[in-house]
Amino acid sequence: METRTRSFPLPSEVEPIAGTEAADAMYPYFTKVGPEDDARFWFYNGMHFPEPIPAFDAITAEAPYISLGAYNTRVFVIPTVKGIEHRIINGRVYISAIPITDPAEIGARVPHFEERAFYYFGKWNELYAQWNEKIKVLLASIESIEVPQLPEFEDKAVVFEGRGIAQNHYLIERYNRAIEAYLLMWQYHFEFLVLGYGAYLTFFEFCKKAFPEISVQMVARMVAGVDTAMLRPDDELKKLAALALETGVDGSFTENRSAAQILADVETRGGAGARWLAAFEEARRPWFNISTGDGFYHHHRNWNDDLAMPFSGMTRYIAELRAGRTLERPTERLKQEREQIAAEYRGLLPGDAERATFDQMLGLCHLVFPFVEDHKFYCENWAATSFFNKIREFGMVLARNGLLADSEDIFQLNRYEVGMALADLALSWASGVPAKGTRHWPPIVAERKAALAKFAEWSPPPALGPVPENIQDPLLLMLWGITSEQLQAWAAPPSEGSELRGFGASPGVVEGIARVVRNIDEIASVREGEILVCPVTAPSWAPIFGKIKATVSDIGGAMSHAAIVAREYGMPAVLGTGHATKRIKTGQRLRVDGTSGVVTILE
Amino acid sequence: MAAPHAHVAWFEELGEGDRDVAGGKAVSLGRLTAAGIRVPPGYVITTSAFRQACTAFDPAGTIAQAVETLGTDDEAACRAVSAELRARVESAPLPADVETAILAAYRTLCGAESAEDAPVAVRSSATMEDGSDASFAGLQDTFLWVRGEAAVLDAVRRCWASLYSEPSIAYRRRLRLPESAMAMGVVVQQMVDARSAGVMFTRSPVTGDVSLIAISSSWGLGSAVVGGEVTPDEFVVNKITGELARQTISDKAIRHVPNRTTGGTTEEPVPQEQRELASLSGDEVKRLATLGREIERHYGRAQDIEWAICQNGDAETEIFLLQSRPETVWSSKETRLVETVSANPFANVLSIFGAPRKE
Repeated sequence: METRTRSFPLPSEVEPIAGTEAADAMYPYFTKVGPEDDARFWFYNGMHFPEPIPAFDAITAEAPYISLGAYNTRVFVIPTVKGIEHRIINGRVYISAIPITDPAEIGARVPHFEERAFYYFGKWNELYAQWNEKIKVLLASIESIEVPQLPEFEDKAVVFEGRGIAQNHYLIERYNRAIEAYLLMWQYHFEFLVLGYGAYLTFFEFCKKAFPEISVQMVARMVAGVDTAMLRPDDELKKLAALALETGVDGSFTENRSAAQILADVETRGGAGARWLAAFEEARRPWFNISTGDGFYHHHRNWNDDLAMPFSGMTRYIAELRAGRTLERPTERLKQEREQIAAEYRGLLPGDAERATFDQMLGLCHLVFPFVEDHKFYCENWAATSFFNKIREFGMVLARNGLLADSEDIFQLNRYEVGMALADLALSWASGVPAKGTRHWPPIVAERKAALAKFAEWSPPPALGPVPENIQDPLLLMLWGITSEQLQAWAAPPSEGSELRGFGASPGVVEGIARVVRNIDEIASVREGEILVCPVTAPSWAPIFGKIKATVSDIGGAMSHAAIVAREYGMPAVLGTGHATKRIKTGQRLRVDGTSGVVTILE
Repeated sequence: MAAPHAHVAWFEELGEGDRDVAGGKAVSLGRLTAAGIRVPPGYVITTSAFRQACTAFDPAGTIAQAVETLGTDDEAACRAVSAELRARVESAPLPADVETAILAAYRTLCGAESAEDAPVAVRSSATMEDGSDASFAGLQDTFLWVRGEAAVLDAVRRCWASLYSEPSIAYRRRLRLPESAMAMGVVVQQMVDARSAGVMFTRSPVTGDVSLIAISSSWGLGSAVVGGEVTPDEFVVNKITGELARQTISDKAIRHVPNRTTGGTTEEPVPQEQRELASLSGDEVKRLATLGREIERHYGRAQDIEWAICQNGDAETEIFLLQSRPETVWSSKETRLVETVSANPFANVLSIFGAPRKE
């Protein structure tokens, strides 16, 4: 591969931030930069990891790359690409794809790939039905894990029923089960995903050849489905808002009330209140198991953990219904639009062979789409938030026994260290002495918290190492919004100009006031009619999409979930701008052109 | 269908079978008019009128031979013959019936009751069409903002005379086209005092992408854009969704406007405050693109269209179509994307996963 003059630092040239050197041991040795890494091109996976990663959360890099690589390299034997390597540098996750370039090796892999991948495509719906069953079994198994409480004396049943196993055994066993369940979730996550993306990319490349100037957005509009699990939580809020009006409990919903206050007030409303609460209970399990982030960090809680987002959403929806607006997504119109766009592009193709090929490719996209979109709900949202909640319960046990000052501190230990701390606790409980960890962990936790705060102030370079001449990797383009041009733009010092360029992900032009939101905790600050500027837009932010005029993100491609939802809401979106959260300040006036992908700071 | 042997035919009378008598441009305008597309009204002076006129400026029938015996490389001789023949055609009086027909049509165009002389464009409409049109186009002359009977007759004669311009003669000699086959229609079309005008391609001129419509636009008459005398604004519209894909607003220093005293057109500077303003509103871009798509559908192939927009006070602007011809640059290099349709619909993914990625 030809390389151009390098414009990014080499991985080995990135200096550790002063005072964080010791804390950096929180990340496993295999995430550290080695001398061989300087030869490869890396980019900051800010889409999945927009913040410095706490020690425990490093599992959300380890687990997916264990699985993704296995499917590429060993399961489906993809001829041209192996797995993804990851490194954690100053708390940030950098990744590098491993391509296969030797034609002999590619050739040898092709027959295996054909045999295996075509089998999966051929039996897609059958296998996907199986997947839907097994993911539910997995979800139930995570939720059913009981975290042992280590009693003063074992329950009598251990003796009188001859169980013969003490609780400290279960402490270790159940933690291992939680970790295994999480790793298994990521295996399921990638079972269909790479093939699904392959179908998209094939269609995208074909469209690009047939219509050289076609945007990813337009291809996405032909592919995207209308009914997906990811849109369901927001739909449930709309239904509950309508039911509140129908049953007459809508008076309980006012903007200055907390979710708990609203619920208490509904409860006072007799039969109507009971009816609404029953519907609410039914809707929240499972549909409130959606992360307020994208499920990659332990602090991305789901709606059930923190009801603020869904209740403020319902309050707004009730106000809109009172004002006579309809909330239902125009699914029929969206379906028609999708079909019409596809039919018209098809009609512009030069001949019957092209049209037949277009039909094959688009047909395959429609076959794979439900999985590609729905898996996010079951995996990153439901399973991930349940898993982190389970880890919290282990944190409570450790805190109660003095190994941690606070149960949340468990996330400052990596997953192997948590195993050690639990072993320490199991030993000390067995010995009847205080755990060594009571002295060992608290200073380490404090050191790491301080390091994370320092990491957060660092501006990570968007990429590291030599830039390949051509990085036409369609996967990177669709999901991360990374192109050769984008990299060149990132490599250049941030310009003084008033324009930022990204992916026009959802069409339309609007002007408005910017609201820069760097993490989820700030999401409540967004006001009606503002333009949301954020590092990456999370799927579960849909309830505020009705409130904002447009969204602009640092990272993200036209097939990302944010793009799909923005298009559903008819809201202009420019994603993958690189520097929007640095260049734009809250209060500035912006023009967002979601068609051409240009954001202009008007001041 | 034009009446047999008529000297003039109105656009709306023309059909596909009239190419030989009216020329390609007139037939194309006829088709657009018939399709209900807003074309400024006008008529064509037919080849039958041209042949009749030939009897006035070539009574002995010697011109054809004079041209056909010219050597293909003999520039000096060509120049001399051209000068002599052009002068003859331009000065010869027209046969009375031809003149009467042209002027009667002109008066009708001005409005039956009106004493006012309407400004018209007078252009050639060649009968050697399609294949040779692309290279033949531009060899004849176009006269803009022609007003009054004498001026119209003069412009018609000069159009005919342009058949004997040096490049025109040289072109026919190079292709060894017989002079007897040569004839020309002349289009007389009411002229639009354009606020903005330009060209529209119903595919991308840059990449050939057929899903886009590209519009070039500048202030004043379209001749400044067609002649490349100004850097126009560029608008690229998605043909399918009608969404604006991108636009570039240029600094448009000059514009062509009618010269109301002498006729013809004048170049003038664009007022400073207007130079960098978009010469089309978003709505006008949309309307133009819709029109482009309609015309393309009508012809069943990509078109190269000239258009103009008129502003009548505060009323909604009116779009006029001045000309439409098939796009030739990209259409001629169309290649197939797919040789054979894959027997296994899944095998297409090998284009992504099965070979090293290359540009």
